[in-house]
Amino acid sequence: MPLETASGTASAVAGRPAAATTRTEARERAARNRRLGVYGARIGVLLAFLGLWELCARTNVIDPFNFSQPSRIWDQIWQWVSHGTAQGSLGEQIGYTLYEALTGWVLGVIGGVLLGIALGRIRFLADVFGPYIKVLNAIPRIVLAPIFLIWFGLGPASKVASAVVLVFFPVFFNAFQGAREVDRNLVANARVLGADNRKVTLQVVIPAATTWIFTSLHVSFGFALIGAIVGEYIGATKGLGLMVAAAQGTFNAAGVYAAMTILAVVALVTEGLLTYAEKKLFRWKPADAGDGR
Amino acid sequence: MTNTPAIELTGATKRFRTPSGALHTAVRDLDLTVAQGEFVAVVGPTGCGKSTTLTLVSGLEEPTEGEVRVYGEPVRGIDPQVGFVFQQDAVFPWRTVLSNVMAGPRFRGVPAVEAKERARDWLGRVGLAAFEDRYPHQLSGGMRKRVALAQTFVNDPAILLMDEPFSALDVQTRALMSDQLLELWAGTGSSENAASVVFVTHDLDEAIALADRVVVMTAGPATVKEVFTVDLPRPRTVEAVRLEPRFVELYREIWASLGEEVRITRERGVGRAA
Repeated sequence: MPLETASGTASAVAGRPAAATTRTEARERAARNRRLGVYGARIGVLLAFLGLWELCARTNVIDPFNFSQPSRIWDQIWQWVSHGTAQGSLGEQIGYTLYEALTGWVLGVIGGVLLGIALGRIRFLADVFGPYIKVLNAIPRIVLAPIFLIWFGLGPASKVASAVVLVFFPVFFNAFQGAREVDRNLVANARVLGADNRKVTLQVVIPAATTWIFTSLHVSFGFALIGAIVGEYIGATKGLGLMVAAAQGTFNAAGVYAAMTILAVVALVTEGLLTYAEKKLFRWKPADAGDGR
Repeated sequence: MTNTPAIELTGATKRFRTPSGALHTAVRDLDLTVAQGEFVAVVGPTGCGKSTTLTLVSGLEEPTEGEVRVYGEPVRGIDPQVGFVFQQDAVFPWRTVLSNVMAGPRFRGVPAVEAKERARDWLGRVGLAAFEDRYPHQLSGGMRKRVALAQTFVNDPAILLMDEPFSALDVQTRALMSDQLLELWAGTGSSENAASVVFVTHDLDEAIALADRVVVMTAGPATVKEVFTVDLPRPRTVEAVRLEPRFVELYREIWASLGEEVRITRERGVGRAA
């Protein structure tokens, strides 16, 4: 009799996890299907767009000379990849643009973060420099690119300079705001625990401001690319911007689109790397807050 | 030397300039003395200026008039003997639990190895030894409060200022935390002399259960209205002490005094809203 009860309970216990597993499996399958559905729809939208464009161009609904068509753009990219461009190999052009954008971005970020934190922490500096920074920010800074070309010549330096001025301001304002809006309780706590001003800045203000700063990093890398490309477009010896200018000069619409496509891919890859770095750095944050961007 | 009071406020007044430019008096003409090793609870209506009193003692703010002394010395800046537990979460969210508790000693120049040892000791005492690698957002409210307690106690403060530290916790957790606080407090200082505590709260139960003396503040601007001595024997546990007849008697006495101020504050609030 007791044996029977024991075996009965055992089977009941064993039955429950089995049911639970199937339900978990079903849920996982549903989630997987949903993900596949989203990816499928995305690809569908892209194919529909490209197909419509190609169709319109081939049936002369739009003028293929002005608007080009996907197949020609693809041919152009393929030609650049296999035979190189008029300015040299494609990799070299991408490398130049990336080098200029990255250098400008790093310099602009360092300057923006340092000055932003300093002005955010030291009231006197903020009061003195505040109006000047506002005036500089009001200037459409992209018009400085020709001036930099005159100052620094056709080489990478002028493009780095345009990237720096574009990157600096958003990073500066975010770092400044971040340093200003640190939770006052955290600062008070650190001070009571024994931190001096330097330690409050380094160990409380800067970590607290990193969320703000990182938000600006995403936007500002795009700005760095714009700075480099516009600089190259105005005058350069190498780079993707120069390729756009050259294609435009020969009425090669497919060339302009092809350069844009390559740029988009480059921008997406760097954006992905930045998101990865952010995830590593912000392990201390609750996960849902990170996704809510 | 032992006769010097730990904390002495004489005629302390604090005025703030509000954003609209008007002067707001938070504390007016406050006299308060806390003896060494004494546990004083401060109760008063919400928003009356209890917290401001603590910031004056800690040195985070300076009094507009009057004097604040700690161990006979006028307060100039933040005193290293002071520990402060805040009402809101003030643990550093980007540091792990262990690193949070190490922060105080590290800020004060203690070598990392020793700081870690001391931090682990206090984490053990608040029962969080197994959670040292977690980040604050992974803990419950009560656990975060225990991290805050360990973070403060690890500096071995002679004076402990607590600003409604348990007000955000649920009732059961609060009772547990109160008991734990009494336990930790008994274990502070160099055996013969425990830390002096000023504990701000709006919960009269909590005040009587914990304190040697209960100070009742007036409706803002705050000043001392009445002081009651709590003659309940120690060691106490919060749940048990609540059932003693003397506790109920004290509660009734103090509430008679506090209730009046609460009513004044509420009537003002109604007047302002109308």
